[in-house]
Amino acid sequence: MCLDCGCNRPEGFSLHAFDREGKLADHEHPHDHEHPHAHDHPHDHAHAHDHAPHRSVTIAQPILGENDRIAERNRGFFLGRGIRAINLMSSPGAGKTALVAATLDRLASRTPAAVIVGDLQTLNDAERLRGRGAPVVQINTGSLCHLDASMVARALEGGAADGARLLFIENVGNLVCPAAFDLGESERVALFSVTEGEDKPLKYPSLFQTVRLVLLTKMDLAEATGFDRTAAEENIRRVAPDAQILALSSRTGQGLDAWLDYLGA
Amino acid sequence: MHELSLMTAAMEQVQALAQRNGATRIHRIRMRVGALSGVVPEALEFAFETLKSGTPAAEATLEIERVPAIFHCAGCGKDLPLESVEFDCPECGGPLTLAGGGRELELADMEIS
Repeated sequence: MCLDCGCNRPEGFSLHAFDREGKLADHEHPHDHEHPHAHDHPHDHAHAHDHAPHRSVTIAQPILGENDRIAERNRGFFLGRGIRAINLMSSPGAGKTALVAATLDRLASRTPAAVIVGDLQTLNDAERLRGRGAPVVQINTGSLCHLDASMVARALEGGAADGARLLFIENVGNLVCPAAFDLGESERVALFSVTEGEDKPLKYPSLFQTVRLVLLTKMDLAEATGFDRTAAEENIRRVAPDAQILALSSRTGQGLDAWLDYLGA
Repeated sequence: MHELSLMTAAMEQVQALAQRNGATRIHRIRMRVGALSGVVPEALEFAFETLKSGTPAAEATLEIERVPAIFHCAGCGKDLPLESVEFDCPECGGPLTLAGGGRELELADMEIS
């Protein structure tokens, strides 16, 4: 249950917005849509139709065409307002939220930032991120394994990125599906923690191939887990030869300066 | 993972288009699915079978055309169509980089009446 608005909707899409001070500013549960689904199934096929000749119709449309269209609108929104939107993608537990929290703490008031964070359920991530000087919107996707462009658009319409120069979009933890959904982001960044094994990029190449930067996270645990950084970097280069690689620890702060330099913040 | 939502979007598109074309039945739907799209054709087919009943596509068949990804070999200079991500050229062992294709998720055409 949401402690701020008292809602209790474990299922379905919902959105909670927290302002710069971390106060609940807005929430919606658009899943009350009663699906007007206008397809009125002309099921009165009175057998006359059986004689209708079969026709071939060319479609040649991407299935995610609607998503792509909304993503381009988001992209235009970001360009027009000078917002750099970063789509952070990783498996669950790779340290996306910890990185965003550590980044917000270091940005302080130097660079106005905002966060959109997606999870299937709970406001836990927003709870961890709120009150760090940046407005946070938590999107709960219900059962969807990824954020899509319309969810981001809805957050933007609610003012999620107003006044921000940097927008962190923390995707649902998943190394497969988010790769297929353009959100209109300026760039994609993949996180890959030292506890996941050096061959992660080889196992999930289609996501790593779409990113500009790979962050090796939890470097403070590298020694304890016997992490072979050289092998990991080699594997990243095999999959994504042009991607930049940075190693960091959100907990100790190691490597965060290079990350902030990358962000230009 | 998201084959059901993909198929839902695809079914909405084909039904809308069939209606615009004055058709009451959809007999065949052809889709193109790239090797790197992250989509499993079998899961798409399963979703299709689930979603089609009670629609104008209830009797329709789904054909999925796999589209390979094109990899370029820096060693022998060849462009190779591959069904999955490979890192070494099967012909000369040189390093492969993705040159294009493989991410297609498209509705190609359909047969209606």
